[in-house]
Amino acid sequence: MLDIIREYWPLLLVGQYPHGPLGGLAMTLIVAGLGLLLSLPLALMIAIARVSPYRWVARCAAALVHVVRGMPLLMLIFWAYFVVPKVTGHAVSGFTTLVCALVIYESAYLSEVIRSGIEAIPRGQIEASRSLGVGYWRTMFKVVLPQALFNVLPSMTSQFVSTVKETSLGYVISVNELTFAANQVNNLVLTKPLQVFGVLAIIYFIVCFTLSRGVSLLDARVRRTRAMR
Amino acid sequence: MKFLDSAQLLQLASGMVTTLQLFAVAWVLAFTIALTLTVVRTANVRATTFIVDAYVEYHRNVPLLVQVLFWYFGMPELLPDGVRAWLYQHNAEMSLAAIALGLGSAAYIAEDIRSGLRAIPTMQFEAARALGCSYLQCMRLVIVPQALRIAIPPLVGRALLLFKNTSVAMAIGVVELTYQTREIENETYRTFATFGAATIMYLIGSFLLMYVGSRIQAHYSLARKEGRRA
Amino acid sequence: MIQLEQVNKWFGENHVLKNVDLRIAAGEVVVVCGPSGSGKSTLIRTINRLEPIEKGRITVNGQDVYAKGLNINTLRAGIGFVFQSFNLFPHMSVLDNVMFAPLNIRKTPRDTAMADAKVLLERVGLSHKLDAYPGNLSGGQQQRVAIARALALKPPVMLFDEPTSALDPEMVGEVLQVMKSLAKDGMTMVCVTHEMGFAREVSDRVVFMDAGEILESDTPANFFSAPKHPRAQRFLSDILPSHG
Repeated sequence: MLDIIREYWPLLLVGQYPHGPLGGLAMTLIVAGLGLLLSLPLALMIAIARVSPYRWVARCAAALVHVVRGMPLLMLIFWAYFVVPKVTGHAVSGFTTLVCALVIYESAYLSEVIRSGIEAIPRGQIEASRSLGVGYWRTMFKVVLPQALFNVLPSMTSQFVSTVKETSLGYVISVNELTFAANQVNNLVLTKPLQVFGVLAIIYFIVCFTLSRGVSLLDARVRRTRAMR
Repeated sequence: MKFLDSAQLLQLASGMVTTLQLFAVAWVLAFTIALTLTVVRTANVRATTFIVDAYVEYHRNVPLLVQVLFWYFGMPELLPDGVRAWLYQHNAEMSLAAIALGLGSAAYIAEDIRSGLRAIPTMQFEAARALGCSYLQCMRLVIVPQALRIAIPPLVGRALLLFKNTSVAMAIGVVELTYQTREIENETYRTFATFGAATIMYLIGSFLLMYVGSRIQAHYSLARKEGRRA
Repeated sequence: MIQLEQVNKWFGENHVLKNVDLRIAAGEVVVVCGPSGSGKSTLIRTINRLEPIEKGRITVNGQDVYAKGLNINTLRAGIGFVFQSFNLFPHMSVLDNVMFAPLNIRKTPRDTAMADAKVLLERVGLSHKLDAYPGNLSGGQQQRVAIARALALKPPVMLFDEPTSALDPEMVGEVLQVMKSLAKDGMTMVCVTHEMGFAREVSDRVVFMDAGEILESDTPANFFSAPKHPRAQRFLSDILPSHG
């Protein structure tokens, strides 16, 4: 296993860069990062829509979330990869597809987390703000959301770890992320699949485990800050 | 937009059947392993607890696809030649996918059961022991039933995830629903109709699972039982 | 100032407010009391539309509260409301809580808002807690901040929904002190409360409610010495011994 790492670590870490496009673990982290960054505002919008006093808005948002959560991520990726080019007429790169599919998928899940955070805020908070004469939107953005988002921060950060794992599905549409890179290594080595995929598993383990620990530390810190308040 | 004809719908349906088979086998495997892990954990032996924790951490931090690839490409290397040949003749893809999916889910289910156990106050255990139950009786009759009851909502969620995660098996050639969808789309180019039909099938499956889950939860709900007595 | 005409409200089948008529003049301090479930909290909450009514009319300062096209936020900015459970914003400091309404509604410049807030907090006796967070304050302190917050927009009328009911006994006094000083300064106040001492000392009128109806409305002197309605008599005999 060690010689595989020694020989192929650039390919696994950064793909063919600088002699080619970026790939490997670097690509995995970029896709995951973009996915989380872009899904946050979308998730927020969906969550706000779901608690909206306008019934049809709430129902549309609920339908969207239920449909996205009812299908496998791989299906969603295929939708983006095969259906979107047919509808729009031009080809879309695997990278864009993967990011878009991840954003939609993560937004649906994240919006549920945010929604539960919003609904956990005591009604008295909203009543107090409205009694002062502060309108719906200001109450939402200045009173409800700051508290709700702070409370669900740990759940949101653990979503990032899930997103990193989900990028591996890019392999199926030939996006040059870590799993795809490992497959390339396997096709070069041919005789040691156990070691190659073992290395792959270990790399993911190290990355995700470290991120999870980081999340736990953040969570502890958040709780300490809240206790001080 | 062209719709699918009956042959293709049947093809999709057969894919769904494979999906369901994969789901069922993986779920049974996962639940069994999870229960075993839980029992091992309660023994409180340092070494075994470490192994269980390592198992859970590994499967929670490595993507499911990678686990499937590892089992399919890597693990057969460890088997003696005769067994390997037999395996490849007898639907290796399905078996190895089921194993990978089962082992992966087991880690999460074990954690859910563990949270359920933690939610039971120790007083329950003490009360049962005070009545004269042995350790195993306590666990079997008092603690585990309550823990499972509490764990039903997250377990339903896991089942749902497992059902959707069967799609990952298509990467190693298991002819389940997503694989069939690709096949049909490749042949007919009726992209929208094919993916639409498959998505609807997944949605129906998901909603059915959620419905079954809510029925199970209602059935085991303690609130309901108390209400009846009153 | 505040006028309730034939106000009726139902919670499903439950008729919680029955033909309530109430008139409160400017500068008047009215205490609403009654057994629990009498509808007194519901009544006060209908005045600023925290609860809707099904029949009747409510006007504040001549403005029909349920008029179509009314900007509810403008109306509420003109009514101060103090809750039983304080409802301070936990993620903001005391100063930020009091400045919240002026900054967000009147768009007051920050220094003016801060200066005004400091004056208000001085008035309720909490100038030493400007940067504290609600979580670090006692119940009595939180309620006083809540009163300051409600006063921030200088409303002509203040509504109090059982302001001391959630407080430990030793903290009730500090909150009542603030309310008494407000009354002395001529604020129009409607207070739902069990604090009969406060009612006797400060209120101009005591209104007794039971089962959604106003059964008696009289000066505190008359109400406490000779209540007319039998249920009012029972209520007073139940509640007064504990107040000595």
